[in-house]
Amino acid sequence: MTGMDTQEHQIDLGHLMAFDPLHHFPSPPTSREELVKECLQKGTVLVQLIADALFNLPSTEDIDGPLVKLPPPMTRLPREKHLPKPKPPTKWELFAKAKGIKNRKKDKIVYDEQTGTWKRRHGYDRVNDDKDIPIIEAKMTDEPGEDPFVKRQAEKKKRVEKHEKNRLQNLKQAAKVGALPSHIQLAATALPITGTQAAPKKASKNELQDIASMAAAATASGGKFDKKLVGEKPEKHKGKYRKFLPVVEGTGIGSQEKQQTEKVLNRLISKNSHEILNVDKAINMYNVKKEKKRKNQRGKDSSTSSKLKPKKQLQKKSLKKGGSSKKGKSK
Amino acid sequence: MLKIKTPKSGKAKREIEKRAPKLVESGKKTLILQGTKTSNVLNAVLTEIYHLKKDSAVRYTRKNENIRPFESGGETSLEFFSLKTDCSIFVFGSHSKKRPDNLVIGRTYDHHIYDLVEVGVENFKSMESFTYDKKLSPKVGSKPFIAFIGEGFESVDELKHLKEVLLDLLRGEKQDLIDAGCGNLNLAGLDHAYICTAVSSNRVFFTHCAMRLKKSGTIVPRMELVEVGPSMDLVVRRHRLPNDSVRKEAMKTAKEQPKKKVKNVSQDVIQGKVGKIYVPDQQVGSVALPYKAKGLKRERREAKMKHETNDRAPKKQKENSE
Repeated sequence: MTGMDTQEHQIDLGHLMAFDPLHHFPSPPTSREELVKECLQKGTVLVQLIADALFNLPSTEDIDGPLVKLPPPMTRLPREKHLPKPKPPTKWELFAKAKGIKNRKKDKIVYDEQTGTWKRRHGYDRVNDDKDIPIIEAKMTDEPGEDPFVKRQAEKKKRVEKHEKNRLQNLKQAAKVGALPSHIQLAATALPITGTQAAPKKASKNELQDIASMAAAATASGGKFDKKLVGEKPEKHKGKYRKFLPVVEGTGIGSQEKQQTEKVLNRLISKNSHEILNVDKAINMYNVKKEKKRKNQRGKDSSTSSKLKPKKQLQKKSLKKGGSSKKGKSK
Repeated sequence: MLKIKTPKSGKAKREIEKRAPKLVESGKKTLILQGTKTSNVLNAVLTEIYHLKKDSAVRYTRKNENIRPFESGGETSLEFFSLKTDCSIFVFGSHSKKRPDNLVIGRTYDHHIYDLVEVGVENFKSMESFTYDKKLSPKVGSKPFIAFIGEGFESVDELKHLKEVLLDLLRGEKQDLIDAGCGNLNLAGLDHAYICTAVSSNRVFFTHCAMRLKKSGTIVPRMELVEVGPSMDLVVRRHRLPNDSVRKEAMKTAKEQPKKKVKNVSQDVIQGKVGKIYVPDQQVGSVALPYKAKGLKRERREAKMKHETNDRAPKKQKENSE
């Protein structure tokens, strides 16, 4: 075996791999069997070399067979995942380090002074439980109507919330660096609020459809060729904004063209004529005038006694009624 | 407005921890899947590769039409599958007129495509076509020998890349301990080898052999190779090397592993290394005695009876307490 070692062989025991970089086929192999035979021969040589090196390693005896400790491999292969990043220290850890506070291990069983027994620190039937306190003595600073037990519970709740908030902040810091613990995920529950403090209103189905159709119409072809999702309804307003008269008229009531032109003509004439009374406009103008007058008179008559006021108003109303009726008839 | 999501059961947590990035990585899992069209040969190749890597491989049997590893948009599905199955090597088989019997072997880093090698399979012979003594057949999961022959593996860029990828694909599981330098190998369990020969500048002859260890004069046994498994010609078609920056990051090794804490061992200033041994409680009273009562021994009884029949009148015999 050693005689053939004139060729350089690279052996990587960590991978049980052997590489012969100096072999080359001088001529194209004649047939497939020859090729296979030659490859097997060379392969046997290489495998024998690895085995040589392997069996010469110090081995320990085991029930199943001799165990050999493999050396670490020489060829480096790429990793499949990134290296885990170290977790940044939490706010408490920084504070503790700065102040020199050391963590003291706490016992699981603690002596309870109240009952005189050994109770566990956390969990069922624990030491210093809130519900085991029979009496809370009143202090000078207490208000009369306050329930101290409820107050204690509320304080505990606030403390727990504060701890949770701090934990979230620590995790966010870790996530920023990329060192979030693998079993924790941070999920967004709602979109961030921008501008006003009001929470974003949930858009209804119809609103969403309107918005979607508006967005679709912004395309060059007016949203006609947009790919529709499964279940999406076609747009309601098809986009016909002009009504054209039919070329050939059927036998119906009147002529559509005559009606259309008459409508247009009426509109034009009424706008420019002074004689024709616009009833709605007249009533509006009259009512506005009345309101103004009423306001002015109320302001003037504030000094006079209240008894005289209603009579005067009644008189005026009757006069006005007559006038308005005349105006309406004049058309 | 963030919420902390944690797994609600221990089993879920353990599964997530298994997939988390570690300092020293265990063996890579392989994902074997196919594209829109496959040929008989390709199907056989994919199933045989799956059998070779049974424990650490996942086989997808459906056709995936939107996977095109060499195109920029066609790798999203692959990355998604890699994330779902936690596989970092994939073997993608497809068949077309331009590229018949095509295999794309690729690796991922952080569930993004790291590098790809495309090979064509020719002259495939499946495992069933080889006849050999069945006692020699290699067991699943044993660590294989890998041999690369030929100067092509060093001179040609594509073959060098193929060599690296094949090594990654073919090496066994439980690599984390071996990489750390404390892995043990049972010498009785060595039974198969992969031989890859660079026949020309783009063709590699790949075969899988079982090993027979024969007695020789020294402690080292004589190796004999018997062709067992699939043998095929791999023709390198295309390949894509990894980005330099990604490559640098992927090749980073952990500097030192923190020393594992050994239990019940402590250092004392005066006495040095001190260990604690816990001895379980010995119940001296309730241990079963190995000696049976004199009267119960059957041989003694029978011998006595025989003796009595031969000799004088029988003595008063002790009663057997059954």
